[in-house]
Amino acid sequence: MSETPAAQTFSHLSVRLAQVANPQSAIVHFGSDAPLPLDCGVALAPFSIAYQTYGSLNADKSNLVLVCHALTGDQHVANIHPVTGKPGWWETMVGPGKPIDTDRYFVLCPNVIGGCMGSTGPSSINPATGHAYGPDFPVITIADMVRAQARLLDHLGIPDVLCVLGGSMGGMQVLEWAATYKDRVFSAVPIACAARHSSQNIAFHEVGRQAVMADPDWCQGRYLEEAKNPRKGLAVARMAAHITYLSDEALHSKFGRNLQDRDKVTFGFDADFQVESYLRHQGLSFVDRFDANSYLYITRAMDYFDLAADHGGVLAKAFAGTRTRFCLVSFTSDWLFPTEESREIVHALNAVAANVSFVEIKTAKGHDAFLLHEPELFDTIGGFLRAGALKRGIAAPPGSKSWP
Amino acid sequence: MNITLSPQSVRHTDTARVDLLFIAEMVAPGARVLDIGCGDGTLLRILSQQRGVDGRGIELSQAGVNSCVAQGLSVIQGDADTDLVYYPDLAFDYAILSQTIQATYSPRDVLKQLLRIGRRVVVSFPNFGHWRVRTQLLFGGKMPRTDNLPDSWYDTPNIHLCTIKDFVALCRDMGVKIERTVALNAYGSKLGVAMPVFMQNLFGEQAVFLLSR
Repeated sequence: MSETPAAQTFSHLSVRLAQVANPQSAIVHFGSDAPLPLDCGVALAPFSIAYQTYGSLNADKSNLVLVCHALTGDQHVANIHPVTGKPGWWETMVGPGKPIDTDRYFVLCPNVIGGCMGSTGPSSINPATGHAYGPDFPVITIADMVRAQARLLDHLGIPDVLCVLGGSMGGMQVLEWAATYKDRVFSAVPIACAARHSSQNIAFHEVGRQAVMADPDWCQGRYLEEAKNPRKGLAVARMAAHITYLSDEALHSKFGRNLQDRDKVTFGFDADFQVESYLRHQGLSFVDRFDANSYLYITRAMDYFDLAADHGGVLAKAFAGTRTRFCLVSFTSDWLFPTEESREIVHALNAVAANVSFVEIKTAKGHDAFLLHEPELFDTIGGFLRAGALKRGIAAPPGSKSWP
Repeated sequence: MNITLSPQSVRHTDTARVDLLFIAEMVAPGARVLDIGCGDGTLLRILSQQRGVDGRGIELSQAGVNSCVAQGLSVIQGDADTDLVYYPDLAFDYAILSQTIQATYSPRDVLKQLLRIGRRVVVSFPNFGHWRVRTQLLFGGKMPRTDNLPDSWYDTPNIHLCTIKDFVALCRDMGVKIERTVALNAYGSKLGVAMPVFMQNLFGEQAVFLLSR
């Protein structure tokens, strides 16, 4: 007997909400005595950070690789996802013998503040009311996310990171780390990102947020109290955003104008085309694993990101005096964070004579290329990390052939 | 000097970049170096392995950049003509332009930028005054093609070829101090230091200059 759609929805929601309160991850709780000061002026307390780790920390604590996840990512980098049952989002990159070699590095990925996989966010319980925060959750920024991560490292007693890396919003966190905690970042890999969110990207985010808020089940953000979920709104937001993660060429080669399970168009508004069916599927599977309010808050954090503005309008000032080794990566077909955005960061780093590498990878896969099988990306990150590790005196794993 | 590669071994590589050894010899150990037009990273590797320098590279071809970075070298994609302006004054102990100046649009401006960002500048280039080049043009009546200048006139990246004498004149004109000149013969050996410029210009297949402001 198959479940009804409503029952399915309920079971997915309960599985997902279980991860908010009680994640299948390590978690650190910071009490009312240790609030997190936010850029908006609020002190968030108590707050929690859920995180995953892979590999082990060496004796002198010098081999930490901090992975920052993207907008709709989470801490489940290289393990089976507890809600979807799918492999981790970067399991091609992180693991034994992989570019981010867990035989050598201690890999840590925290869920961002504002997220919905165990770190404190809008679906967490507000201790003042006993209900989910919903729209009462304070607006957070990329800097707030990074500040929370620094607190996590303090708590774990890890003074600095061998490398902080991430793509898209993860790359923004990398830049924020490198600018704010210069002495704690030995090397940094911002991938497919920008030092500020562009007007076009803010515009796309606004479309997504309006779609969520137009769903009557959003209930002014209090859908959890009303036992509802703005599935349709969030699915539309995801569909629109998903287009920006691909490229015209990728969509064309994958779907063309092919029809979905039919020989001719139906003169109706069914998903006639494969691309429509694909997007609908992307939208629906997303709402099973993500919280609508988290989507609003985290997109807002990206919109507010402008590293130069935080440093008198001059991006180079954000990196003045840095000794961090940088490696920037962009993709030719990424129109969400085009190469020019990375090049601007490179120029700012050049202006302070920073140690910087910059690789633009030719691919048709668009922005999402950083999550996909992209051999040049693997070679770049593997080589850059290895060079940094050797400079830091981290020896090759026993029996390793890929290390010099 | 601790360069352990012999000129012969470099001579026998595909690139015949014997000039790199003499460049490496001019760089003080432990220095901060920017290698403009670093190609596949050969010089940066020699410098970091044998001179312990803090090396960075700029390379025009993306394939070259990607392979350098995968080897752990700090390299960005960029253009000598346009991208040197982003560096601050005296950011490096040495700015190196090996076998690239003849392929830039504005060699004079590039040289000016190099002298701005580097305390010392090392420039190497193929010498168009070499007797083999001169005789090919004189007796063959065609654009010369040699080991160092293998391309045809229509597909060469070298748009601003010069002779050793030309380069010395440009340095004089710009008020640049020439600290050392090394001219290399066809076998990759150094011509005598005492040799007058006109002889170097005739018998030097390539030249390496160490410059400062």
